[in-house]
Amino acid sequence: MKLLVIAGPPSVGKTSLTKQIIKRFQKEIKIAYLKIDVVKAFEDIELRKEFHILTKKVYSGDLCPDHAGVMIMGDAIEWAESNNTDLFIIESAGLCLRCSPYLNQGLGLIVLSSIAGIHAPEKMGAMVSLADIAVVTKIDLISQAEREVLIQKIKEVHQNIILLETNALQGTSLQRLYDLIEKSAPINKETLLLKGSPPLGTCTICVGKKEIGWKHHFGVVKKLDGLAADYLYRGE
Amino acid sequence: MIKEITILPGKDKNENKEIFDQITLKAGETISIVGPTGSGKTAFITDIELLAQGDTSTGRYILINGESPTDERRYDPAQKPIAMITQNTKCFADLSVEEFFNIHARARKINKKQIVTDTLELANKFTGEKIKPHHKVTILSGGQTRSLLIADALLIGAAPIILLDEIENAGIFKQEVIEIIRSTSKIIIFVTHDPVIALLTKKRLIMGNGAVKKILCQNEAESGAAQNLLKFDQKMGVIRENLRAGYEITQELVSANFA
Ligand SMILES: Nc1nc2c(ncn2[C@@H]2O[C@H](COP(=O)(O)OP(=O)(O)OP(=O)(O)O)[C@@H](O)[C@H]2O)c(=O)[nH]1
Ligand SMILES: Nc1ncnc2c1ncn2[C@@H]1O[C@H](COP(=O)(O)OP(=O)(O)O)[C@@H](O)[C@H]1O
Ligand SMILES: [Mg+2]
Ligand SMILES: [Mg+2]
Ligand SMILES: [Zn+2]
Ligand SMILES: [Zn+2]
Repeated sequence: MKLLVIAGPPSVGKTSLTKQIIKRFQKEIKIAYLKIDVVKAFEDIELRKEFHILTKKVYSGDLCPDHAGVMIMGDAIEWAESNNTDLFIIESAGLCLRCSPYLNQGLGLIVLSSIAGIHAPEKMGAMVSLADIAVVTKIDLISQAEREVLIQKIKEVHQNIILLETNALQGTSLQRLYDLIEKSAPINKETLLLKGSPPLGTCTICVGKKEIGWKHHFGVVKKLDGLAADYLYRGE
Repeated sequence: MIKEITILPGKDKNENKEIFDQITLKAGETISIVGPTGSGKTAFITDIELLAQGDTSTGRYILINGESPTDERRYDPAQKPIAMITQNTKCFADLSVEEFFNIHARARKINKKQIVTDTLELANKFTGEKIKPHHKVTILSGGQTRSLLIADALLIGAAPIILLDEIENAGIFKQEVIEIIRSTSKIIIFVTHDPVIALLTKKRLIMGNGAVKKILCQNEAESGAAQNLLKFDQKMGVIRENLRAGYEITQELVSANFA
């Protein structure tokens, strides 16, 4: 199973981009989708209706969504694999901006909007510097010069990131992304690790344990299914 | 070296294939794109700017010197042989004019120290109210923004292929822009509703329903008409500038021979 983790601030076009990817690959392979958001998300229903693919959502509540994702991903990957998924797409609301949801396998993608401000790439340092690919959306709304200024800013945060620009509503010039997804190797869930070290906090993830899945963690953590309260403060 | 670009046909809005086999544009050629609003003019030049590979809404492919562009050429501004001036009249970047030019010069790998002053000087030739280096790009007017972006495309973009989307609507000094652009050996494409610009170019593409409908070459009568229209347009320009500067229009000024 291939894994694609898509993160970025609210309303930058993560779901619009996801839709283009689904459109491109839907006929060839089986796709599953998970949305991790804080309090509200509708993507699971929307994408299931539009594309008839397997979808799921989970709310992180008081936790940062990327943080919650670390716990949930273990279960989620099992869920996707047990449903014979070929490509598993995880969209994270990525609100905290100090964490980064990317793993040592699969593809990590950050979505940035052309109109979100020129300092956004620096403010989201952790996410930008650990992503494999940056996709700049909404290029239909700004000039070529301004697009290039933004791209330069992103490169100055992460020199080797693979940069793409698109009008995500139309899916323009995404061929390179499709090639990268096609070429990406399947993941091995036994050896999945977080790429970055999360900042200080109140659980085993916060203190730097990078293993994926709830059996490795205690503290403020929750599972993919079930009530949050049951799983908060697991262990000691 | 860019010798030519080739556009391979895509599909119109009803998914019908375009009528041409290929369109090849050579260094030194000027082309205009005309057609009703919504007919796909901006989409056509955007395909060129993005070096489309069947992955835009039109399905067109663009070749450079007869070959498919590499990924580096498509996605790295420093290697992109194309500068485009879009219809946008707003910048969102919270930067001063000076910072904007500096970062863009870095993106295009231009090391010339003078580049910021030169670009600003050129921008100020196109606009009435002067732009200062410390101005935030976000507070510039529509016309000032476009002047800035045109100067930027010419000197910092400095590309062998220049695409201009309806520059006549920018409230800037069109004659100056045309003069500067005509004295180059670039491929220049104008999307335009302006008869002067349309008749001055060597080739004319007519768009409809998202596709190229017709390709015309400038004939002799047309280039004559263009010269007349150009004089006419210059006089209009003089009157416009007089009005803008608060002068009254005198008898001599309007009795100028418009025949
Ligand atoms: N013009 C333009 N609008 C876009 C583009 N991409 C997304 N949008 C619009 O931006 C809004 C947000 O897009 P989404 O795809 O829902 O963004 P998101 O990142 O998934 O948002 P959340 O999941 O809610 O954080 C929608 O109204 C889209 O139609 C683009 O490339 N150009
Ligand atoms: N060949 C095409 N197939 C599908 N959509 C198209 C095509 N050409 C243009 N469009 C779409 O039609 C709309 C209007 O086109 P645009 O290029 O902006 O028109 P113009 O610049 O002539 O006013 C845009 O949303 C554009 O993406
Ligand atoms: Mg979304
Ligand atoms: Mg247009
Ligand atoms: Zn966090
Ligand atoms: Zn924690």
